[in-house]
Amino acid sequence: MYSSNEIIETINMISQQHLDVRTITLGISLLDCITDSKKRTADKIYDKIMSKAKNLVKIGNDISSEIGVPIVNKRISVTPVSLVAAASKGHLEIIRTLDKIADETGIDFLGGYSALVHKAMTPYEKEFILSIPEALSTTGKICSSVNVATSKAGINMDAVALMGKIVKDCAYRTKDNDSLACAKLVVFANAVEDNPFMAGAFLGTGEDDTVVNVGVSGPGVVKTALEKVDGDLTEVAECIKQTAFKITRVGQLVAKEASKRLNASFGIVDLSLAPTPVVGDSVAHILEEIGLESVGACGTTACLAMLNDAVKKGGIMACSSVGGLSGAFIPVSEDAGMIRAAETGALNIEKLEAMTAVCSVGLDMIAIPGDTPAEVISGIIADEIAIGVVNTKTTAVRVIPVYGKKAGEYAEFGGLLGRAPIMNVNTNSPLKFISRGGRIPAPLHSNKN
Amino acid sequence: MKAIVSVIGKDKRGIIAKVSACLYEMDINIENISQTIMQDYFTMIMAVDLAQSQLKFDAIKDKLNSLGNDMGLEIHIQLQSIFDSMHQLDTTSKGL
Repeated sequence: MYSSNEIIETINMISQQHLDVRTITLGISLLDCITDSKKRTADKIYDKIMSKAKNLVKIGNDISSEIGVPIVNKRISVTPVSLVAAASKGHLEIIRTLDKIADETGIDFLGGYSALVHKAMTPYEKEFILSIPEALSTTGKICSSVNVATSKAGINMDAVALMGKIVKDCAYRTKDNDSLACAKLVVFANAVEDNPFMAGAFLGTGEDDTVVNVGVSGPGVVKTALEKVDGDLTEVAECIKQTAFKITRVGQLVAKEASKRLNASFGIVDLSLAPTPVVGDSVAHILEEIGLESVGACGTTACLAMLNDAVKKGGIMACSSVGGLSGAFIPVSEDAGMIRAAETGALNIEKLEAMTAVCSVGLDMIAIPGDTPAEVISGIIADEIAIGVVNTKTTAVRVIPVYGKKAGEYAEFGGLLGRAPIMNVNTNSPLKFISRGGRIPAPLHSNKN
Repeated sequence: MKAIVSVIGKDKRGIIAKVSACLYEMDINIENISQTIMQDYFTMIMAVDLAQSQLKFDAIKDKLNSLGNDMGLEIHIQLQSIFDSMHQLDTTSKGL
């Protein structure tokens, strides 16, 4: 039996500190749906996903009620559609099918309209990537990602150049909604195959047929725990680790139970401190609790490095299988503390880029001026991807060039996606560099200095 | 199925009586009770067994919630597994 204090601690974590299971993501392999007919492929995809996921939302809600922890999203991730559609070239039929499935199952997001082109693009993969703006601007819940680099293959700069244009096209096609389509598109280096978080979730080819991956979150829980720590940074790190352990345990419980009820294998638990725009659910406020006047101050990168590492250490001990992106997310528009720091000028894109070298993922949910040229966006992507490739970690870019708006104005996305002050971008042109195309060779993995 | 009922609120007469009666009516057995006053707040933790109850979990939860609303108390019921998970190291053999 546990003490009253332990029980009250758990209840407070949930009711006051926003501990939540961010998502149960059901990964479904579509490899057995591949045919050379557009219609048959789409039909098989519909039948397979509906047979596996029709009860996903209900099961998520049941588990949430029984343990008293909110399960905010129920999501589906699928095999990258560029692979599934290559034989039939039926990606447009598939996008209609996935949209219909998302509506009928009542899930929150469906990820996997994705392509893996880290070394090169086939002609079909290029055609597929060119369809992403249409896919994202004509659907509500579908998410897309493109892996343009790995530490082993290097950086596919043709894909990087293309993605700058794709991001701009997405922005234009959703110009009446503050270029919302860009919030559903991620450009990756070293993309992981078991990520439950959007917009970058897809089910890799090395995975089982049906897999449950769970993402847990709780920046508010970590911040509250740190409020009681008056000691040195060793004690701060230890406190984060212990808190991460408890949070991850909730994810492990949910993942085990969900995989049993969905008749799927238990994939991974991803403990990512993922903020929401709600007050008290901010990663920036954790860094400020540790001792920064504002996120973005000198010392931010070091603080974040410690936070990210301690979160991983606690999480790994708590769970039989940790994966995904585990760490701390720093999406600007989704974090009240980041938004404020961007407004006051304490935080800029250059500092955010440095922060991504030590934390999970990358330049995330950053609104930039709508007139930013495609090659500058490709330059932002190339810089961020290089950090991931050289440091052998996942990095990503999700920037929103908000059509018709300038630095200092706001983009409003609503819900979990929040609102973002539009940040200044260095517009010195990288045009010649980006236009060269080709591939940046894989970096040396020894003699690291 | 084992669960934990927690009752938090301003201390007043009849809290234990009414919560126990409500559980009794739903055929829920109380296995352990502890109560303290923390920062002027009455806090009661009950370990209960739902095995004999014919009601679904959501129905039990609704009844306790409406009792809580009537009495001005916060009453939660959660499966014991959430507390096992967070506060015990060895949970390898346990599910919900």
